[in-house]
Amino acid sequence: MKAMVEKKIEGIGLEVMGLLNGLGNFTNFTVRTIFWTFKPPFRFKLLFDQIYFMGNKSVFIIFLTSSFTGAVFAFQIYLGFKAINADSFIGPIVTIALAKELAPVLSGLVVAGRCGAAMAAQIGSMKVTEQIDALEVMGINGYQYLAVPRILGAMIAMPLLSGIFLLIGYSGSWLIGVKLIQIDETLYTQKISDFMNLGMVAEGLIKATVFGYLIGIIGTYHGFAVEGGAEGVGKGTNMAVVWGMITVLVVDFFLTAFLAKIL
Amino acid sequence: MSEGQYAVEFKNLSKTFGTSKILHDLNFGIHRGKITTILGFSGAGKTTLMKHILGLVPPTEGEVIVLDTVVNKLGELELREFRRNFGMVFQYAALFDFLTSFENVAFPLREFTKMTEEEITKKVMDLLESTGISKEAAYRLPSQLSGGMRKRVGLARGLALDPHIMLYDEPTSGLDPITTHMVYDLMRDTQKKNEARGFTSIIISHDIHATLKYSDYIVFMEQGRVVEHLDVATFKKSENPVIRRFLEL
Repeated sequence: MKAMVEKKIEGIGLEVMGLLNGLGNFTNFTVRTIFWTFKPPFRFKLLFDQIYFMGNKSVFIIFLTSSFTGAVFAFQIYLGFKAINADSFIGPIVTIALAKELAPVLSGLVVAGRCGAAMAAQIGSMKVTEQIDALEVMGINGYQYLAVPRILGAMIAMPLLSGIFLLIGYSGSWLIGVKLIQIDETLYTQKISDFMNLGMVAEGLIKATVFGYLIGIIGTYHGFAVEGGAEGVGKGTNMAVVWGMITVLVVDFFLTAFLAKIL
Repeated sequence: MSEGQYAVEFKNLSKTFGTSKILHDLNFGIHRGKITTILGFSGAGKTTLMKHILGLVPPTEGEVIVLDTVVNKLGELELREFRRNFGMVFQYAALFDFLTSFENVAFPLREFTKMTEEEITKKVMDLLESTGISKEAAYRLPSQLSGGMRKRVGLARGLALDPHIMLYDEPTSGLDPITTHMVYDLMRDTQKKNEARGFTSIIISHDIHATLKYSDYIVFMEQGRVVEHLDVATFKKSENPVIRRFLEL
């Protein structure tokens, strides 16, 4: 019995140690990437390549996600609000929800799934095939060459994608509200301008930038942390997606509370 | 840079990871302008020793002197600059898989020199030709090359910045016997071509037969200690039982 309890305690201790070790490694990685962000040479070509990969190549999936999100959200609001004769509020409700929450969060989830996974897989496979060691031997810092452009790229691409999400999502809701449900177009847009302000758009864009940073740092960290062969790369990719998505959702709550105070 | 007898020197070098001591008080030098092979069974500490030469791992005790510079006293940025003195061929070539052979060799030139694209193209094609890579293969991705070709492109990339020391980490592992000798011939030719400027080759290997044929000196390691450091002719006659056992394999 005593031995069993000791074993249990030892197991918990090892878990805690592993968690603290991981946290320490992540903090170390974060500090190093910040340090190398401000050290020359600045690799603008790599940064533009990453913005292109994360931004342009995600537009189609953002287009699909946002148009249907806007449309279905407008339709659901209509179904609920028509009972109290408040269906003219579809426009502001959908647009405010898109601007403040849905655009940054859903763009974040899409980018975490698509680009966070790609970051971890690319860097992880470079690590297991000694390509990162080859960079180091040449005197090139792996964090600066591989992590920094991806993190900055995500920070720039995310607000752009979130902005596109907002516009396309709005269009989807407009199609449902104005063309399908036949709400008067002037009333629809008038209500939006009555209830919306630029601060709401700014809130969404700030969130998107923060999510971009988090997706970038989590994706690249799990790439650099890969150990072993193909199995390690798969594990790292999976961790990048899972932690990227969880972090976006958790941080969104705290960011909302914080931004509500300052905006 | 002064021209001492040794390109690399270890003084009282010890390395401990956690509770296990990997290198035990090493004191020896690697001759400048020669091919030295660091030989030993798996777990002898060869790779750890190589990482010390490159400054990728700091020693627990002692000094690593490379080209008359104490590597373990350099700061991170100085160390990165200093590493340009090295070329390296990795066990599986470690070519960047998103770049063609040409771009792999051009990579260090674009990063560290102010050469024009025309000059880079000429130098890269010369290097690829000297390592036996055809023009057609120059524009292929690493995944489209055979193991031997990848090693040769790796060698061309390692030579791009005219290094003073070339490191080879198990350069022939995974290759068939004929390709193995082709790669060793290439390494020997590279050494001969550059010997006049003090070019030094350091090979990490456990391939005893190729080592005896191509090396000038052999450092035999076992469990983090240097068992023998001899020229090849003397090494062959060694009466050390560990070496005899290795030679009889």
